[in-house]
Amino acid sequence: MSSREGIARFHRKTGQAVPCYPRDVSATSTLRKIETLRVSAVVRVTHWITVIAFLALLISGGEIVISHPRFYWGEVGNVNTKPLFTLPIPASRRTVPTGYGYVVLDQNGWSRYLHFEAAWLAVLTGLVYVIWGLAKGHFRKNLFPLPADRTWRAFQQAIVRHLPWTPTKAAGAGSYNVVQRTTYLIVIFVLFPLVIWTGLAMSPAFTAAVPLAASALGGRQSARTIHFFVSNLLLVFLLVHVTMVIVAGFKSRMRAMITGRIVIAKEGS
Amino acid sequence: MTNFSRRKLITGGLAATAGVSGLAAAALVAERYGLIPPDSGGVWGPGETLTYAAQRLLTTHSAAREFPRSMISKMPFANETAPPNDAFKHHQANGFSDWRLTVDGMVARPASLSLSDLRSLPVRSQITEVACEEGWSYIAEWIGTPLVEVLHATGLLPQARYLVYFSIEPGWWESIDLADALHPQTLLTLGMNDGDLPVSFGGPLRLRVPRQLGYKSVKYITRITATDSMKHFGQGLGSASPEGGYAWYAGI
Repeated sequence: MSSREGIARFHRKTGQAVPCYPRDVSATSTLRKIETLRVSAVVRVTHWITVIAFLALLISGGEIVISHPRFYWGEVGNVNTKPLFTLPIPASRRTVPTGYGYVVLDQNGWSRYLHFEAAWLAVLTGLVYVIWGLAKGHFRKNLFPLPADRTWRAFQQAIVRHLPWTPTKAAGAGSYNVVQRTTYLIVIFVLFPLVIWTGLAMSPAFTAAVPLAASALGGRQSARTIHFFVSNLLLVFLLVHVTMVIVAGFKSRMRAMITGRIVIAKEGS
Repeated sequence: MTNFSRRKLITGGLAATAGVSGLAAAALVAERYGLIPPDSGGVWGPGETLTYAAQRLLTTHSAAREFPRSMISKMPFANETAPPNDAFKHHQANGFSDWRLTVDGMVARPASLSLSDLRSLPVRSQITEVACEEGWSYIAEWIGTPLVEVLHATGLLPQARYLVYFSIEPGWWESIDLADALHPQTLLTLGMNDGDLPVSFGGPLRLRVPRQLGYKSVKYITRITATDSMKHFGQGLGSASPEGGYAWYAGI
């Protein structure tokens, strides 16, 4: 494994982080901090661009749903057909029966413009990240669970270790644990591709070129319903992710994701 | 200045120059091949341009999905329209016998066509889906004269780039590029599900653009104009939709 990546290396057997390039950042003080590079620049930049794009997609997507908070299965669905389910919220269009006697402000115009612009930002950023990650072995080295961790038992242990809701021990801060690795891989290689696919399956021009995009999902309305559920899973991921960042130590984790560096040991105090 | 920073400055300068000229070249190529939508300005311009350009490169010759007769919606939803104006009510009282479609602008033989003139041109039918930007949809059979037949009959001039179409209701107008205007599925629709096109669905004459969202399929069409530029129509954004905050191109 190359140590020139600047990313923490791991012990083959234990999975413990072995810091590469420890850097003494405060040699003149009595408190010596040993830092390591936890997150590479590409990961940090693409992460924060994705944060901006995802929040824009979430807000605009919610606004678009409000114009028709009914969901269907199959190719077609409208106010004259039976919905699969209806969100218990008022709508921004008065043609939609919601049980509420009023409509909320219609924001579809800018929401749609924002949704597709943010989608482009997310997709292009994701492409840069995935191509870089494949070229540099980022997924293999940092995200695929370590050989020793590829058991259900290791998965359970990682959860149990974090149950007391205490900040992660400094020794573990240089790498991701097996639960993190699995979750990140699912988000990157399952949820994001699925949300892009179901989004494209709602486009009348895209499905003209690639009819299978919609028909393989059971139709346009099925695609819309799956798009809604996958977006909700991504929202759940976002909430859990931010919660874990706060539990693990908000300042140190935010600093790591902005500067790339994290303190892994203190000496000589 | 050290050698290092000078080298950095030169490299940076060259990279910036290459980047700017690359963008300028890309813009020229995009303009040349008609990949820039009329509403490409402003904060939403980059996203709209990317969507339009990508879909023009990918879908120019694709056909919207057509469905078997068994999938025609039993209960299609017409959506609401504003109460008809007096001109429309007058036509409705006459059974639309005086309804005319004016074809003008960049055509060799401007024309004023009655509904029976349109029926005398080749007619085709298609079973396609109407998808509204709100999210709902339905499938129906649409019967009518492909717009391309009218453009052949009136002699579309080679410099034309857009077809602008107007409803009898003031302020309701849209435009499409030639990729959609010359597309065989773009239909001057006179009938629906084996009957006349009902007024609620756009009768007597609706332009169906099945490769775009429902709002591009304007109801009660009375005029079609061919033009080489959208600058002098409304605010120059391509149609009434961008003026109301919606994208001109609705293929998504």
